[in-house]
Amino acid sequence: MTEEKFSTKAYLGMDLLRFTTAGSVDDGKSTLIGRLLYDSKSIFEDQLEAVRLASIRKGNEHINLALLTDGLRAEREQGITIDVAYRYFATPKRKFIIADTPGHVQYTRNMVTGASTANAAIILIDARNGVTEQSYRHSYIASLLQIPHLIFCVNKMDLVDYNEDVFEEIKHQVSAFASKMAVKDIRFVPISALMGDNVVEQSKNMPWYGGGTLRYILENIHVGSDWNHIDPRFPVQYVIRPQSEKYHDYRGYAGRIVGGVFRKGDKVMILPSGFVTTIKSIDDIDGGVEEAFPPMSITIRLEDDLDISRGDMIVREDNVPEISQDIDVMMCWMSEKPLNTGTKYYLKHTTQDVRCLVKEIKYKVDVNTLNRISDGKELKMNEIARVSLRTTKPLFFDPYRRNRNTGSLILIDEGTNNTVGGGMIV
Amino acid sequence: MKQYNLNHLRELESESIFIMREVAAQFERPALLFSGGKDSIVMVHLAKKAFWPAKIPFPLFHIDTGHNFEETMIFRDELVAELGVQLIVGSVQESIDKGRVTEETGYNASRNLLQTVTLLDAIEEHKIDAAIGGGRRDEEKARAKERFFSHRDEFGQWDPKNQRPELWNIFNGRRHVGEHFRVFPLSNWTEMDIWQYIYLENINIPSLYFTHKRKVFKRDGVWLAAYPFMKRKPGEEVIIKRIRCRTIGDISCTGLSESSAENLEEIIQEIAATRVTERGSRSDDKRSESAMEDRKKEGYF
Repeated sequence: MTEEKFSTKAYLGMDLLRFTTAGSVDDGKSTLIGRLLYDSKSIFEDQLEAVRLASIRKGNEHINLALLTDGLRAEREQGITIDVAYRYFATPKRKFIIADTPGHVQYTRNMVTGASTANAAIILIDARNGVTEQSYRHSYIASLLQIPHLIFCVNKMDLVDYNEDVFEEIKHQVSAFASKMAVKDIRFVPISALMGDNVVEQSKNMPWYGGGTLRYILENIHVGSDWNHIDPRFPVQYVIRPQSEKYHDYRGYAGRIVGGVFRKGDKVMILPSGFVTTIKSIDDIDGGVEEAFPPMSITIRLEDDLDISRGDMIVREDNVPEISQDIDVMMCWMSEKPLNTGTKYYLKHTTQDVRCLVKEIKYKVDVNTLNRISDGKELKMNEIARVSLRTTKPLFFDPYRRNRNTGSLILIDEGTNNTVGGGMIV
Repeated sequence: MKQYNLNHLRELESESIFIMREVAAQFERPALLFSGGKDSIVMVHLAKKAFWPAKIPFPLFHIDTGHNFEETMIFRDELVAELGVQLIVGSVQESIDKGRVTEETGYNASRNLLQTVTLLDAIEEHKIDAAIGGGRRDEEKARAKERFFSHRDEFGQWDPKNQRPELWNIFNGRRHVGEHFRVFPLSNWTEMDIWQYIYLENINIPSLYFTHKRKVFKRDGVWLAAYPFMKRKPGEEVIIKRIRCRTIGDISCTGLSESSAENLEEIIQEIAATRVTERGSRSDDKRSESAMEDRKKEGYF
């Protein structure tokens, strides 16, 4: 066997694509992930051997690749995925992180978790069953979380004789539904994860399909534009004061840029104080940079000595975010204890910690039909609703559709400290 | 238009630095778990970057099984001196002497499991509320389920079926008195990423990672270092081999690989061609299908 020499230069040049996979056990999700990993040599012999032995012990006929992704004992015993698992592989072009999320209705909270950091989502549809409620639900959650790229894989094409009409009909149904959602980029690929058609290799069984394979699409989606490069936003995370002789007067504001581009010499405004000053330098251990952009973690020094602490935000004078204590969000509820109006929670947004009061549940969304429903005063686990909040201090935010970082927040139960809700600012 | 893109290693670096700073901001007494292995060395490097020009604002925290390679201990002490940070040591030998744990006996005796008690005792003694660990999700299937901020109850237990959802880049470190967190800044790094980063940043690592001659013996297909406390079965002969460590842990469970890799470039080529995971040579994981999950639930790293 000849091994290509590994190229460090090429490796360092790769970028990163985070994607999530949604589908139920029967859609062949594990088989698809297994194939992507296997074909990129990301499954090792000892892992495969362990899975092979476990499959035999359990009496499975084939090597059960789901055993590879189901990491918890309870998952393997019950044959279901309970929690998000993260998988890694690289092709010569790109490095990938898969957030493998369960598709059952009761685990919507995990889907939302996996989707929250994804650039792309793969939604699996079984060619034999066509579009189901679950397909609608997955699409809606992906669009609600503003995943920029959505790839519908019509799987098990081998079981419908690689029939083009089946694929076209599903494509037609999804497109009609998708027109109601706000997704920028939608693709369709007919595949057979089991046989390998159009996953890594172009299928010889579907000459009528002129598009790229799944891996080709994943390798070539443009991710650079997924960040907001327009509105400069720098939430102050930590203040660096060395207290050493050499850096006696040093005062740097550490954080991660979540929007726009910051340059040395830029005139900036500090929120909430409203002071205007100039960026003196953008520092890092390697001598600093002239300009910084998302998602860089850097340290900013300013010309003026101001009282700035964690939770403040550095922005541009001519481009400020919204500032308010009254905020409307699309809330996905994740706790067995329902959300009620009049209840107080801890709220985390960028680097700010505040408390909030739930003022109103305006309407719920039926995630299977996208219809609005107004029923009652409480939001149950795995439900999504538009909710009005009042915070103890003003937040500095942008609508979620404009910036996923300054537009997202979480609610925390004051008694248990558990994360109970994820909110996308409207 | 100008392209503003970070390559994947710089994106991972930025994510890890963000996590380090989040720990410093959200916790009162964090500590960085340091084993002397490559992952903890990369963590220290990232922590240096996160707080420069200030010192790392938390101590290094070593769980010492008493069965360490000498090179690891020398490396640790030099690094601590260079950084000017405090070092906290939890000693497994002390836990044994105090009767907190009982030394395993037999041929596969290891102090690996005993570390959990020492670790939890030290966390309690020093009132550590966040222990930063070098665990990576690509290492092992139970680790693939870990959060960046992973909650531990007052017994140090992990409840994998009931973890806090972790959304966007918002990390919830809220806790009650007596509870603590394990934080994993390297969650999204792979073994190859670690080596590439060590190469890219020219990070100093212990000589154990490069090829050297050592007295070894073979058990269950794995080379182990021959030390007096490593009981050998009849027929397990000690020979001298050119080997290197792919991972560094306690001597009793660190499998050594035959290798002639003398520098980072050669290590990278070796890793790229290998068909076995790095934990494939860790005997601690071979005990059962759920070995890691079970240990982690009790409070292991």
